[in-house]
Amino acid sequence: MKAKIIVMPKRTVLDPQGKTVKHALESMSFRGVKDVRIGKFIEVEIEGSDRAALQKKMDQACHELLSNPVIEEYSLEIQ
Amino acid sequence: MKFGIIQFPGSNCDQDVFHVLGNVLDQPTRYIWHKDIALGEVDCVVVPGGFSYGDYLRTGAIARFSPAMQAVADHAKAGGLVIGICNGFQILCEAHLLPGALIRNRRLKFICDWMQLRVETTDSPFTNACRKGQVLRLPIAHGEGCYFAEPAVIKRLQRDDRVLLRYVENPNGAVDNIAGICNEGRNVFGLMPHPERASETILGSEDGRMVFESILRSAVAVR
Repeated sequence: MKAKIIVMPKRTVLDPQGKTVKHALESMSFRGVKDVRIGKFIEVEIEGSDRAALQKKMDQACHELLSNPVIEEYSLEIQ
Repeated sequence: MKFGIIQFPGSNCDQDVFHVLGNVLDQPTRYIWHKDIALGEVDCVVVPGGFSYGDYLRTGAIARFSPAMQAVADHAKAGGLVIGICNGFQILCEAHLLPGALIRNRRLKFICDWMQLRVETTDSPFTNACRKGQVLRLPIAHGEGCYFAEPAVIKRLQRDDRVLLRYVENPNGAVDNIAGICNEGRNVFGLMPHPERASETILGSEDGRMVFESILRSAVAVR
């Protein structure tokens, strides 16, 4: 199966990359940009078919390695 | 005092630290490979600067899982001294030996420059040779040096006098101008500036020696 993980900086954390890209969009005359935030997309291929068990395992991986809960939040989908 | 310097693939300040501790300060110093399970006999562990594991995923995120870091955590728990410089600071935060995290500099630029750092407290094994309020001239060289922690954590650091160094002028957006903090037990110190690059006059400043001399002084005083 595949775990698809999106890691984003927390709202309370400065995201200078997002800000810079927002400015770049504005300077190419792209109007109406309210906010840009930049995160990561991670795909993990895993053995097994027990979705609940994999969810639990991947949650732990997200919490301990793939994201840093001090500065980031993640969403996880098992497919 | 016996020093051990952890070497990760991508460490690049390990030899600078070795030079200062071994040659300038004449202390028994050796390297500890990241795959070593035991630290051997050491009083103070140095987690040096660099780009451990290529800074993949997040700075310090992978290094945290190396066998040597497990041993460093045990050493810290037992009250042993640990100092993490630059990437070492990032690793100590990822390893939860220090609170908070280091994120991209406010203006996204890698900053390599001399800084003025104020010693905020002398109540630590890493600053006890300094004067409170003393300003040290040390270089920084980082792209991810912006210290971040939730307001409650910052408050606790302030209340417990655990901010050891602050930037006189904030270069990177760090919360509360924080450049270096210690843990609750005051035996683990992380800082973004490089004292090892400023320990000889020929390099432009000797102020960094104050940090290492504090450690030597603490060997006599503590525990």
